[in-house]
Amino acid sequence: MISRIASGVRTMPLSGQIGFGLVVFWLLAAVFGPVVAPYSVGAFVDDEVFAGLSASFPLGTDYLGRDVLSRVLWGARYTVFIALAAAMLAVFIGTSFALLASLRGGWTDELISRAMDTLISIPSKIFALVLVAAFGSSLGLLLVITAITYVPGNFRIARALAMNLVALDFVQVARARGEGPVHLATREILPNMIHPLLADMGLRFVFIVLLLSGLSFLGLGVQPPHADLGSLVRENLTGLTEGALAIIVPAIAIATLTVGANLLIDALQKGGRS
Amino acid sequence: MSDAQVEVRNLQIDVATPGGGRKAIVSDISFEIPKGEVLALIGESGSGKTTIALSLMGHSRFGAHIAADVIRVGEHRIDTLDDRGLASLRGRRISYIAQSAAAAFNPSRTIMAQVIEPLLVHKLATRKEAETRAIELFRSLALPSPDTIGARYPHQVSGGQLQRLMAAMALITKPELVILDEPTTALDVTTQVEVLKTFKRAIAEVGATAVYVSHDLAVVAQVADRIVVLKDGRMCESGPAATVLEAPADDYTRSLLAAGNRTHDMPEAVAGAVKLEVRDILAGYGRIRDGRPAIPVLSDVGFTLERGAAIGVIGESGSGKSTLARVIAGILPAASGSIVLDGQELAPAMDNRSREDLRRIQFVFQNADTALNPAHTVGETLARPLAFYHGLKGADAEARVDELLDLIHLPREMASRRSAELSGGQKQRVNLARALAADPEVLICDEVTSALDTVVGEAILQLIDDLRRNLGIATVFISHDISTVHAFCDKLLVLYSGTAVELAARADFTGAAHHPYTRLLVDSVPQMDRGWLDRQVSEQATSLADLRLIPGLCRFAPRCPVAIAGTCDVLPPPYRTEGTLTVLCHHPIDALTKEDVIA
Repeated sequence: MISRIASGVRTMPLSGQIGFGLVVFWLLAAVFGPVVAPYSVGAFVDDEVFAGLSASFPLGTDYLGRDVLSRVLWGARYTVFIALAAAMLAVFIGTSFALLASLRGGWTDELISRAMDTLISIPSKIFALVLVAAFGSSLGLLLVITAITYVPGNFRIARALAMNLVALDFVQVARARGEGPVHLATREILPNMIHPLLADMGLRFVFIVLLLSGLSFLGLGVQPPHADLGSLVRENLTGLTEGALAIIVPAIAIATLTVGANLLIDALQKGGRS
Repeated sequence: MSDAQVEVRNLQIDVATPGGGRKAIVSDISFEIPKGEVLALIGESGSGKTTIALSLMGHSRFGAHIAADVIRVGEHRIDTLDDRGLASLRGRRISYIAQSAAAAFNPSRTIMAQVIEPLLVHKLATRKEAETRAIELFRSLALPSPDTIGARYPHQVSGGQLQRLMAAMALITKPELVILDEPTTALDVTTQVEVLKTFKRAIAEVGATAVYVSHDLAVVAQVADRIVVLKDGRMCESGPAATVLEAPADDYTRSLLAAGNRTHDMPEAVAGAVKLEVRDILAGYGRIRDGRPAIPVLSDVGFTLERGAAIGVIGESGSGKSTLARVIAGILPAASGSIVLDGQELAPAMDNRSREDLRRIQFVFQNADTALNPAHTVGETLARPLAFYHGLKGADAEARVDELLDLIHLPREMASRRSAELSGGQKQRVNLARALAADPEVLICDEVTSALDTVVGEAILQLIDDLRRNLGIATVFISHDISTVHAFCDKLLVLYSGTAVELAARADFTGAAHHPYTRLLVDSVPQMDRGWLDRQVSEQATSLADLRLIPGLCRFAPRCPVAIAGTCDVLPPPYRTEGTLTVLCHHPIDALTKEDVIA
């Protein structure tokens, strides 16, 4: 497994290798970041707000005088885990329904498609508000809310892809052979749509980061003193005029994470095509 | 500078390779075309014939570079013109007729708007004048109702008509050079004759010089004055058409000619026990009510097939031949009728057939490009039916995959390739091998060679022929090409508009008596002989032109040269049988020999 990944990365174009490096870096940061963070996430450690670089605060302090490095390391954990897990969950659910709809067609397709339309019509923030009010904010709930929000979009794309593939002769051949729906979905159809689906997942991932920060702003997301990367940008917005590191660092973190993820996915796509 | 209308000297076209170098796809091409003559560029796919033809318009696909000492059309030096200069020539002095008119027309605009567009774009006429000229052209291209056809949309006319309308679009500016890129390849053989004739006449009327791109020597023999034979981007041979066709100097030209003039020695007809029996099939699309589908496609079609024997099912597009194949395989369940395999009736729908029954009937799809899953290797493609039907896994399966590759004459290393890395012929072989992996008793081949070059297709046909004899597989062979069926099948079933009009055994193929439609099909296949097209009489619509909708009557009557007024438009035709020949016609069989029909 590891040797396969290594050889895959070696044959990638440079952009893909950069993407792979960035993604691995942030995954490590998410796992080990809180362990190596110099301060606790909510500790007010400095009198000065929006401080610059210093030996004790390598990335300065935020608008309340908290250590930016520690907060970014904690924030990475939320963003990477929730956004990544939610994106994967959304793609998994959306694509599964899409495969079912395209293979069965007829009423099954109609039923699933209209249910997804209904889901799209609920504004995501109101949806989140209701659920958080009912169950209280928790990581699991955030994961479910963000995933459900992006299921219909993925379903639409996956269904369009699958519908085109279902009509192709090789699926007919497999059907005429007597293959069951699981084989058709996982062996015949899915391998031919995996690359556009990965690209879609990269896009959803970025949207979920944005949604998370939006939810945090409303007080529905990650609860203070903890914060995800998007919320870190938002809460330090006042520092923008003075070019404070407290806003630049989480912004760079989000940028490198999303750009890295998309570079990696693009490289995978190109590798699959040739 | 010569006085020829078109002159090409030392044309070379190269493309960038992934390694950063450049690779010539076409090189050392030189030819001239005197004014008013037709030059044919002939070769298999990948020979560069379309690339060369497009370079006459100064066009090449993205990333390709055209270099030549001279490319001249009339007084214009195509090789030195800039983009603006080229744009002013294209569609005005040089025009192009593409292979698929259906894909070349915009479905959301009327035909008239598109046909007169070249005149309007180059500001050569007002809309009024342009429309008048278009209608004249429609008339000279023998299109039905020339005054009103322009108001229709592309989907409202037939394929052959659309191809002629495309010619109208190309000829409306009275161009000096017309490039025709396989304009009749996608058409039925009966339609092709008419389209070829009108093309030939219309080009002569406009006085244009033409370049005709084709893979089909017999078609080229009808229209070309000069022929250039291409292979792998180089010229094999060039010269006047008569010389190239009658005294070819090059080996490759000879092999092309041989593939066209088929000299396949037919072994004895196979006559074993009856394997497959298809009885009174009624099938179609839409909801089935009272045993009849909403849109019936096939009615009362049946035949029997012996072990190891082959039946050829032929007909034009829309005749229901592919539907018949799908009905036998159970992909489209028949509304009524039965499919009997070894004396045991099969369920109409494949969902209700057992895995064993599915295994016994295998289907080879027409288009190997889409029939092979691009995500699977050849080995995986072949291993799946082995695991699914026979439970073969691991080393046993690998050994069987190797055997299958041997059987279809592909090297064993191919097992690790994906379909994108295979040529068209190789894909079709893998497609065939996948069906063979099931050890089928009945093999249904749906137009398996129609997407392939002549020489490659011939090899596939030969392979299927050997396999069915050696393995005793009963083969149903769907085709639009009657000469293929004559060469490779023991029986012939002719479908017209969903009804069987003739069922014949091998002995009857060369016999004199045939259904008038079968005869039309046979006569429509172009012959290598150069005067063939000019001898073809145009198909005459008879006085019985509006019969199609009345059920039961002979559907061919409106096109039939020997239809009997007062009989064919009133009474349903009877099936007449004599020996192994059955014909659906009012004429008695002994009256259907060619001489009698003419008399």
